[in-house]
Amino acid sequence: MNETAPVESQGFYTEDMTISVGPQHPSTHGVLRFVVKTDGEVISEAIPDVGYLHRSIEKIGEKVTWHGYVPYTDRADYLAAMFANQVFCMAAEKLAGTEVTRRGEFCRVIACELNRIASHLISVGTFGQDIGAMTPFVHALRERETINNLMEEICGARLTYNYIRIGGVGYDILPETCTRISEFLDHFEPIVDEFNRLLSNNKIFIERLAGVAVVSKEDALSYNLVGPNLRGCGIKWDIRRDIPYSVYPELEFEVPVGTGRVGTLGDSYDRYWVRICELQESCKILRQCLKMLPKGPAIAKVARKFKPPVGECYARVEAPRGDMGFYVVSDGSEYPYRVRIRTGSFTAMSIIDKLSKGIMVADLIALIGSLDVDAPEIDR
Amino acid sequence: MEVKENYQQLEKQFPGKVGDFKGDVPEPYCSVSPESIVEVSRFLRDDAKLKFEVLSDLTALDWPKEEKIQVVYHLYSYSNKSQIVLKVDLPRENPKVSTLEGVWKVANWFEREVFDLFGVIFTGHSDLRRIMLPEDWVGHPLRKDYVEEEEYDGISTQRAPLVEKLLR
Repeated sequence: MNETAPVESQGFYTEDMTISVGPQHPSTHGVLRFVVKTDGEVISEAIPDVGYLHRSIEKIGEKVTWHGYVPYTDRADYLAAMFANQVFCMAAEKLAGTEVTRRGEFCRVIACELNRIASHLISVGTFGQDIGAMTPFVHALRERETINNLMEEICGARLTYNYIRIGGVGYDILPETCTRISEFLDHFEPIVDEFNRLLSNNKIFIERLAGVAVVSKEDALSYNLVGPNLRGCGIKWDIRRDIPYSVYPELEFEVPVGTGRVGTLGDSYDRYWVRICELQESCKILRQCLKMLPKGPAIAKVARKFKPPVGECYARVEAPRGDMGFYVVSDGSEYPYRVRIRTGSFTAMSIIDKLSKGIMVADLIALIGSLDVDAPEIDR
Repeated sequence: MEVKENYQQLEKQFPGKVGDFKGDVPEPYCSVSPESIVEVSRFLRDDAKLKFEVLSDLTALDWPKEEKIQVVYHLYSYSNKSQIVLKVDLPRENPKVSTLEGVWKVANWFEREVFDLFGVIFTGHSDLRRIMLPEDWVGHPLRKDYVEEEEYDGISTQRAPLVEKLLR
């Protein structure tokens, strides 16, 4: 048989295969599906199919009161519920001109940064698991468990907090809890190094990620990538620093950006590395907050029938998955006229179609993990 | 102050197409005529001084009383740290506006979402399908007058009678 002749002439033929991946593949970070066209192991197209977790949170917003909507915002992104709480309250406060108490602001930052650590731990842990490293996932979840316990102490819930309310926070943080948070930080900071030894500097891990799915700066802007995904491309943009809100201007922290540490700038590893660096920055912020925590009431006096004047506003915070924005419109009644939630995962998901062209099937999983997309946040 | 200048420059650049500037509200915005939204956006992105690099958000508002649907664009400039809000008024009966896909790629998904939930048609869009809801869904849920069908594909969308009884 002539081996150099094309296979077609030997009676064989090849064609692209269309495979449905999902809707519940363990590595897809929630319920989402891809229609993947492959030529052997090489992907020619991966079309994301989202919407499996659509709960119409935006429509619910038109049916419940302003105060009553806070628990629903938890469900937008259940890995980082605190941020949705905060950004909705910030939007409502901006509309009504409500002042947040100073202690309330600090409590918010403490709760949010703890939540950020928890969310990033899930992100980097599952990322390792996605590409075959089981152990770091267990380590990450062990640390997250401690944070969940702390959260339970702060607000009584472990995942969907309903902690941040319009005007401040629901419950004050007790001195004992502060001690426990600081003990956790003492314990956790060395763990990041352990994580680096286990995962970040692991040769197999690096080989799998270096140079995979590189996002250029232009694409990052055009697709509006936000948060660690944007910073992974080398763009130094952090809302906490650049559009300061809450008490962040008083705190000192670095904004880590991707540098092409092991491969190309903007590859999957850079996005992962930014998250690891942010773990340490969050610890720094927490330590400062615990030191600076002022005395006073945790929540301002807010009318039970909260009726912001007619108007609209857009508030944004730096959530673990980047710029989370709430666009709220008030018609002066007890109910919001419209609540729009803009999330980082939604835009991150839309770039996958472009990035997946020409990569291997196994790299698709690495790509999804590195973008840290979270299905509930995409579908809302 | 600087925010106001951005809007004023825009009004001067596109007379008759951009107007109705509201500045005495928490967040200023201006209206853009539907046929010139692509042109205005491209100008805002490419202008050496304004540099609105990203489309932060694209959504819509339904105003049944005024018989209109407003498509709202939130643009952000990382270089100048400023935001600009553009609104396009469309008739409620037949809302149609050109796509911004050619200016920002992310508009593709944002517009699909607005199409799905509000029924706004984006002309020239490469892939205008529903994104959140199944393809055979009837209606656009975020419209104010949307009434949920009693069942979808033989599955009741109403609360089961037994649960109703228990609640009573």
